[in-house]
Parts: sequence; C-alpha cells; structure tokens
Amino acid sequence: MNIRLYVLQRATAAIMAPLVLAHIVIIFYATSRGLSAAEILGRTKGSIGWGLFYGLFVLAAATHGAIGLRAIASEWTPLRGHALDALMWGFGVALAALGLRAVSAVVL
Amino acid sequence: MADMIEVLLWRGKEDGRYQTFQVPQRENQTVLDVVSWVQRNADPTLSYRFACRVGVCGSCAMTVNGRPRWTCRTHTSRVVENGRLKIGPLANLPVIKDLAADLQPFFEKWQQAKGVFAPSKTRADPVETISPASAPRIAADAAIECINCAVCFAACDTVRWNEDYLGPAALNRAWTLVNDVRDAGNRERLAAVAADGGCHACHSHQSCQEHCPNKLNPTASIAGLKRRTMQAYIRGEL
Ligand code: SF4
Ligand code: SF4
Ligand code: FES
Repeated sequence: MNIRLYVLQRATAAIMAPLVLAHIVIIFYATSRGLSAAEILGRTKGSIGWGLFYGLFVLAAATHGAIGLRAIASEWTPLRGHALDALMWGFGVALAALGLRAVSAVVL
Repeated sequence: MADMIEVLLWRGKEDGRYQTFQVPQRENQTVLDVVSWVQRNADPTLSYRFACRVGVCGSCAMTVNGRPRWTCRTHTSRVVENGRLKIGPLANLPVIKDLAADLQPFFEKWQQAKGVFAPSKTRADPVETISPASAPRIAADAAIECINCAVCFAACDTVRWNEDYLGPAALNRAWTLVNDVRDAGNRERLAAVAADGGCHACHSHQSCQEHCPNKLNPTASIAGLKRRTMQAYIRGEL
C-alpha cells in the first residue's frame, strides 16, 4: 500500500465511524417503533438528506473495502502492479454501483 | 543435564534436508558452539557464517527450533527442547548452502529504503554539534544499534507474504536517518518508504520487535515513518 491509498483508507474509515453509529441507531429506532417498509419509504423517498447520508456511506465503504482487498490480494495472491489496481478498481466500482443502486431505490 | 544433544542441521539448498548429529552438551555452550563442533569434529563440509562471536557483527543468525536467533549469543541451555536442537538457515531469504542464507535481498532493500547517509555538508565545513538530548537524536539513538543480522526480516510475516515489502530493518534504518539532522536525503527517503511495499505495508504485529536480539523496536520506527510520511503528504511534499 502506498501513502495515497493509506491516507484514503484512513480517511474513509474516519468518515464511516460516525455513519455506522448513526446507521445502527436508525435501525434500532425503526425496528423499536415497528415502522413498516411503506412508512420507512414514505420518509426516505425524495429526501435529499437520506440520499446524501447513505450515498456518502456507500462511497466511503466502497473505497475503504476496495483498498483493503488490494492489500490482502498483494499478500495472498501472486497479483502485482496493474493487476492489483484493476482488482481494486473493479471491486470498488462494483460495490459503489450496487450500493448507490440500493440508495436510489429508497430515495428516488 | 543430558550429556548429548540431538542436533538436526539443514544440509543443501532450498531442496535440502535435515541431517542429525550427536553433539556433547557443555556448560555455557552457545548454538554457534554446537554448529562449530559439528564442522570441526563431524563434517568439515558444513557451511555456516559467523565472525565476531560476541553479538556485534550480525552474521551468525539462523533458525533455531523454529525461531530466528543470533546463534553466538544464544545458550543451548535456553533453547534445547527435549534434548533436541533443530537448526536451519534464516527464513525469508534464499539459501546458499546448509546454514548460510543469502542476504543480498535484505541489503538490496536497505538500499531501496535509502538507508544510506546523504551528507549535507562538505569536509570544509565545521563539525556540527548535536545535542544528545535533542528530540530527533533521542529518536535516532533508540533505533541506531542495529547489527544487520536480519533476524527481524526472517521473523516478519509481511516479508514472507509480500516480496516487495522493504522489511523492518531497512525501514528502521530509514527512520534513524529521517531523524538525523545532518542528513540531506529525506525527500527521496520519505518517497521511497511511502511507495508500495514501504512502511504502510507493515501490520504492526511486532514480531520484529519480539525477535530483535538487540531489543530494538522496528515497529515503533515504522509507526514514526507512517506519521512522518503522512505529514509530508498532507503538506504536498510527496
Ligand atoms: S511490525 Fe511490521 S515490520 Fe515488524 S514484524 Fe510486523 S509487519 Fe513486519
Ligand atoms: S533491527 Fe534488530 S533484528 Fe533487525 S537486523 Fe537490526 S539488530 Fe537484527
Ligand atoms: S558472530 Fe557476530 S553477531 Fe554472532
């Protein structure tokens, strides 16, 4: 891992830490109130705030996970150089696409 | 104390095997004494490396009952298990023959990490006074007593997993120079240790520190490099 990836991975971890906590509190709130799926969607649809919150979460998680996967692959597979970067980008973009698709489904 | 130790010594190159010898056990006997006894009394073709025999030169390191150790300062009484000693060449390095590992990759990484002093003055300049109590000197002094034995290199899992990793000793050396106010090579040095395979590949699991015979703490030096390169990166110097 080089310094750029190292800083990015630490920065995304720092972004995610409060988001994960908020996410857990939100789950707790929604289940303890017994909100139905329709009620939850009623609150999230069209909400810029929820879109930004989970959009940022998805991007941070995709970046963090992809860099981590690259580090693991560099130690546990013979992949080197560009092959490692291709794996990182492929995984990161796929994660981001899946995550953003899920976010758009509850927000749009 | 049993009179004889069953000693298994690695013979040949990577595809070699262990050969068993019976060696008389003595008081205050070191692992290097055992190896020398075999070479002098049982098999003169045994290859191994040593020089000072007092823990200064760093050339006698081998794998002893599974752990990398400096053999000239390791008493057999401390490491014999069930009357047996299994001695092989250092791990994570090519084997030249028998107990002699090839240290070339180890020293090449030392060079890659810019572990060479880059002078900032000429011989015409006056000698610079450096206070031993200054913070950079204290940091450098804590890491300076490395004898290049490669014990930490052999003990590091990240070295084994990632052939590009510079390893604990080279990074520890780079840290001493980063803290040497007379050195002029830190831009290149920080760039070298911040690249792929540099300090950020370290898992901080402290195997190097645990095994270093001189009780150095390469993990702490590497953590220092991580901080220093981060600061340089944020300032846009990397
Ligand atoms: S702390 Fe770093 S250098 Fe030391 S053994 Fe672990 S990975 Fe290797
Ligand atoms: S840091 Fe310690 S174990 Fe590593 S080469 Fe130097 S003296 Fe040997
Ligand atoms: S022979 Fe010099 S350190 Fe062991």
